[in-house]
Amino acid sequence: MSRHTLSVLVENKPGVLARVAALFSRRGFNIDSLAVGPTEHDDISRMTIVVNVEDLPLEQVTKQLNKLVNVIKIVELDNSQSVQRELMLIKVRTDSESRSHVLELVNLFRARCVDVAPDAVTIEVTGTTDKLEAFVRVLEPYGIKELVQSGMVAIGRGARSITDRSLRALDRSA
Amino acid sequence: MTEKMTGAQALVRALEQVGVDTVFGIPGGAILPAYDPLYDSTKVRHVLVRHEQGAGHAAEGYAQATGRVGVCMATSGPGATNLVTPIADAYMDSVPIVAITGQVASPLIGTDAFQEADISGITMPITKHNFLVTNADDIPRTIAEAFHVASTGRPGPVLVDISKDALQATTTFSWPPVMQLPGYRPVTRPHSKQIREAARLMTEAKRPVFYVGGGVHKARASAELLELAELTGIPVVTTLMARGTFPDSHPQHMGMPGMHGSVAAVGALQRSDLLIALGTRFDDRVTGELSSFAPNAKVIHADIDPAEISKNRHADVPIVGDCREVIGDLITAVRAEQADGRKGDYTEWWRILNGYKETYPLGYEEFADGSLAPQYVIERLSALVGPEAIYTAGVGQHQMWAAQFIKYEHPGTFINSGGAGTMGFSVPAAMGAKMGCPDKVVWAIDGDGCFQMTNQELATCAIEGVPIKVAVINNGNLGMVRQWQTLFYDERYSNTDLQRVKRIPDFVKLAEAYGCVGLRCERPEDVDETIRKAMEINDVPVVVDFVVHQDAMVWPMVAAGTSNDDIKYARDMAPNWEGGE
Repeated sequence: MSRHTLSVLVENKPGVLARVAALFSRRGFNIDSLAVGPTEHDDISRMTIVVNVEDLPLEQVTKQLNKLVNVIKIVELDNSQSVQRELMLIKVRTDSESRSHVLELVNLFRARCVDVAPDAVTIEVTGTTDKLEAFVRVLEPYGIKELVQSGMVAIGRGARSITDRSLRALDRSA
Repeated sequence: MTEKMTGAQALVRALEQVGVDTVFGIPGGAILPAYDPLYDSTKVRHVLVRHEQGAGHAAEGYAQATGRVGVCMATSGPGATNLVTPIADAYMDSVPIVAITGQVASPLIGTDAFQEADISGITMPITKHNFLVTNADDIPRTIAEAFHVASTGRPGPVLVDISKDALQATTTFSWPPVMQLPGYRPVTRPHSKQIREAARLMTEAKRPVFYVGGGVHKARASAELLELAELTGIPVVTTLMARGTFPDSHPQHMGMPGMHGSVAAVGALQRSDLLIALGTRFDDRVTGELSSFAPNAKVIHADIDPAEISKNRHADVPIVGDCREVIGDLITAVRAEQADGRKGDYTEWWRILNGYKETYPLGYEEFADGSLAPQYVIERLSALVGPEAIYTAGVGQHQMWAAQFIKYEHPGTFINSGGAGTMGFSVPAAMGAKMGCPDKVVWAIDGDGCFQMTNQELATCAIEGVPIKVAVINNGNLGMVRQWQTLFYDERYSNTDLQRVKRIPDFVKLAEAYGCVGLRCERPEDVDETIRKAMEINDVPVVVDFVVHQDAMVWPMVAAGTSNDDIKYARDMAPNWEGGE
């Protein structure tokens, strides 16, 4: 099994997320991570889906996704040819003694402290999955009270845009 | 053309504009506004069915008989959920239908209102696409989109759910609307490089077979298929969904492959070195155990749905495209090969295949006690009714016998539930087929189990003047399940006996109660006479109760999950494959 990152451009309409999610579950594929949001075009949303599958099932799921009428385009983003980021918010137990140690780690990981309370700090960190996992490991000894993480978002390197051609298709149909 | 009207009027106008002439349905609360303008339409005939499932299967029968989109209509909640089975059926068999359902008024959606069901959510995995419309302005465009999506690319069911307030609101109607389907671009033109590669493989192969599925007829490509088959001399097998797409009488036809296929067709696939799969999807009922299916064959796979290619079996030459274009291009490419002096030589292959055909023809057992063999009934139907008629079937033994013993010569003359295996399909499908093709004789071949699921539509047929003919192959049992119990469950007949007390219901009386003519036939010597009598009645529907022996079984058979190589042509009788080689 290997991890694949799919960028899926979809029409910004109600129910599209349900269609995509239902397709994955019905065809027996597990989604590792999913992020949905708007794009530079009002009519298009973009989903970044991380799946852990072999190559052949990946081809099948991509073809099935393409059959959804609301799906405009699917691009698999290669790890080395794209920038991939996740966002994590972590609430760590601190007291007057440990706070400075934690803040030192925050600086080392280029994270940010976004909230401070007498017995805890809340940290915002972005990065790749590996970086976030490493950050969590070093914070664990202090006591993680709460953790929340976004799905991965990813974008291809270089000047090319995957929305350009899809936008032209959209304009043609309008 | 811009006009003020209600959403309901816009719906009916849109249906007229896309060319709908028949709608099967039942009104109810949420869809009620649509039924008012429908009452005035001179172009759209609404057929009031007795159960929404009947409306859905009738739309399927209509669509398959005519090649046009079938339409069914129902109200919200239970009306809509009763359409779920035919929608699932149409999805599995790629039948173009549009289902229009009423939905509760938009402010009530999500409140568990009376007769509310999330039908677009429910049908998401069983429709090609579906729409929920809550704004009257969107109705004409959505109807245009629904018919476009249902009928193009790989056909399939589309559901349009319209809230009651959208039907009641005022809107402006203009036609044609601009469709907004940026993500929908079916590929129909095959890639020329793949076509040339396919033609080359066909020439080089020693044991090629055309494995033809329902997609060939859906692409209206039977004439092209015949031309390509005769040009190459390659044998043809036609799947359950493709019966009639290639004439049964043609010497190159090997029969139907699969679980109840002919030994010749199954043997041809298993011994092949090249499968030319056209508009077919390597269904488990055809392949048997996938790992031992046609083990030495390369695969050329042409289908309009890219997701079917290499889904179950790896394709060496994948071709995405409409089968008519694919076959047309293949003809050109094969001609070019032949012009260059390259022509396939299949003499040895035909020697083997003709051996299979001669040694293992289709057959059946007759009963010493003088009772009727179901296969005999169907064989005589084929002989007396002929290949110009349309035959529909339900699901089970009678369906397999109808696939085996009716001799089909024309595409689209056998309409049945293949992928979903929906019992109760045949009577409403026959009604839809007859309404679509009123000049054709339509016979529903049904089992007594299936018949009891949907025979209420006989009332619709009688009232609407749709004189279908129903041959109930009545063995008093859920026959196919019983056959499996005989073979795999030590003859423990758990819940398959439908008439412990004889003749409940009495199908002749039941037919008469529905305003149809009821006939009964129990002896072989009466079969021809009964069929002739049924053929003489053309003003009302006819139901013939053929009381047949309960122990008849469908052979040949590849037991579920086993290899096609282990096919039995009768109980414990395996063909000797090596004998012919």
